[in-house]
Amino acid sequence: MSGTAHIYRAGRPDAEGPVVVFVHGAGHDHSVWNLPARYLARHGYRVLAPDLPGHGQSAGPPLPSVEAMARWLLALLAEQGIAQATLAGHSMGSLIALEAAAQAGAAVEGLALIGTGVPMPVAPALIDAARDNRAKAHAMINQWSFSPGALIGRGAVPGQLAPVGNLRLMARQAEGVLHADLLACDAYQGGLEAAARVTCPVLIVCGQRDQMTPPRNLGSLGDALSRDASRLMIHTLDACGHAIMAEQPDALTDTLVHWRSSF
Amino acid sequence: MTDTSRFGPATLGLHAGQSPDAEFGSRATPIHFTTSYVFPDCDTAAARFDLARTGHVYSRISNPTNAVLEERIAALEGGVGAIAVASGQAALHLAITTLMGAGGHVVASRALYGGSHNLLTYTLPRFGITTSFVDPADPAAWRAALRPETRLLFGETLGNPGLDVLDIPTVATIAHDAGLPLLVDSTLSSPALLRPIEHGADLVMHSATKFLGGHGVAVGGLLIDGGTFDWQASGRFPTLTEPYEGFHDMVFADESPVAAFLLRARREGLRDFGACLSPMNAFQILQGIETLSLRMARHVANARTVAEHLAAHEGVVSVAYPGLPGHRDHALAARLMPQGCGSVMSFELDGGRQAGRAFIEALRLFSHLANVGDAKSLVIHPASTTHFRMSAEELARAGIGEGTVRLSVGLEDPADLLADLDRGLAAAARAAGRTA
Repeated sequence: MSGTAHIYRAGRPDAEGPVVVFVHGAGHDHSVWNLPARYLARHGYRVLAPDLPGHGQSAGPPLPSVEAMARWLLALLAEQGIAQATLAGHSMGSLIALEAAAQAGAAVEGLALIGTGVPMPVAPALIDAARDNRAKAHAMINQWSFSPGALIGRGAVPGQLAPVGNLRLMARQAEGVLHADLLACDAYQGGLEAAARVTCPVLIVCGQRDQMTPPRNLGSLGDALSRDASRLMIHTLDACGHAIMAEQPDALTDTLVHWRSSF
Repeated sequence: MTDTSRFGPATLGLHAGQSPDAEFGSRATPIHFTTSYVFPDCDTAAARFDLARTGHVYSRISNPTNAVLEERIAALEGGVGAIAVASGQAALHLAITTLMGAGGHVVASRALYGGSHNLLTYTLPRFGITTSFVDPADPAAWRAALRPETRLLFGETLGNPGLDVLDIPTVATIAHDAGLPLLVDSTLSSPALLRPIEHGADLVMHSATKFLGGHGVAVGGLLIDGGTFDWQASGRFPTLTEPYEGFHDMVFADESPVAAFLLRARREGLRDFGACLSPMNAFQILQGIETLSLRMARHVANARTVAEHLAAHEGVVSVAYPGLPGHRDHALAARLMPQGCGSVMSFELDGGRQAGRAFIEALRLFSHLANVGDAKSLVIHPASTTHFRMSAEELARAGIGEGTVRLSVGLEDPADLLADLDRGLAAAARAAGRTA
């Protein structure tokens, strides 16, 4: 696996400390995490943000299910000699992190689900577009991923346009990758059972204006996770869409740091 | 709408990149006249220096007013971002020095703005960067000029002052087949008429001094990254794909595959070369961009009227304007710029240098100066001004004659422009010994 998986380490390959693993979402790669990853890597954490198979610089075809991606992630961590880690995932990556936490038990010491929803049904029109007309699929994702203000107003990073960056990042992935990812999200039915098996502290971060995974759909996931309410923190970012790392990276970093330092 | 936004160019020109500020709700873009920014705490300061948090540090690197301009032009061009610099020349310099060092090579259209020609021909070779110039309309010439050390192809959407139209899709294909990016100077067309990234260009630059500003009060430049070029796959750009000791050993293409060029250009080029834009100039250019779509439509309409008038005049030997059916690139211009091909044109007066001088000195509305893209109509004689360093042979290769006059047609009432030109043409005829 080490020969085929690319891992971004936020510029600190030799960092020691508690491990935080960032898992990107559908059609993305590690680079969506660079701001919070860099911050944590300079504040006592060992950070890994892998490219999932077939994404970014990782070789191989995309994996066909969330369960398979979770197994791949856990195998990657084992190969890296990591016995315990906090997992943070965005969108599809949140499903992978959730499933991995359920599979791994005590080896996962914290679980951050960012822009999440369980289950995560995907609109058939989007799945079809990802197969037949990628540019149309990318436009649909952008329309649903960014808050109205972020689609035209000031960006988080001076001089950069996150919506166009998102289009270009998705366009870089190989043909079929986004389609496979969306099918995997749509098909994943084990999320609530996985949530019921999670025992570690859980953070849910949602964007108030998220249309991909609307906060109003969090109820069942929250119920499944909240048997021990003291172990669950839900944080909503005002005026933020689904593209949380792109729209409000500093607020996300603050939330992650505050939560992770609590255990 | 554009390829990258559901909003149209006129809407983006008014809104992109700006949200009313949280403190006062200012609708207009505030001018952030400050060199530096107070850090709320030491941790935030360190994180901003390290690119672990967003925010500004020092106005040579970034400024909130400049950021609005950068994001607005990026939205108009379909780029992942942009960098505002002190001039169009600074934009070209920043693009080249971000991609290569000594030993690097550029293949460029020979129909270039004189300032770009100077930089590539005389100045950059002192630092070990050389350029081969080619006929922009000859694909074989572009290919033949490529070398192992070539790192960039470069041309102008409308070659100044010959008005050659760059076949962006063809040159982009040549560049990409060679694993190289294409940089396009889009100054004379502006995103209101042509968005080069949608046609295959990877990087776009502007002298914002021209049509983007439109008012002729502020010098500035913009460099836009389409985010489309795969630096890692190319393997020829170690400045973007290998650790940079000068900035935390950052591997820019790993940090952001789509914005690696911008990261390096800002963190090295702006930091070290320092050709930053004043926020006052950024504000003034933003005021221009707000009306860009409206102005360009009027520029094009006036230019068509002027070009047709000149082409029909007996004292004019030829008119170079791609909007005219007789221009070599008329069909290409119609394909790439269906809304019109700008308002800069050149024409050859019957009577050579003498006639040219008489023509220019008789004009009253057209201002004789070294600029284009102003709301006011402008005129210049390239052989004695913008291109005076070029030999007669070089001038001829660039399509410039001794009697060539360049016009930048402004927004005045067209009848007044035609009357002024007729006054000049009559003077030229007298100087040439003909009856007006």
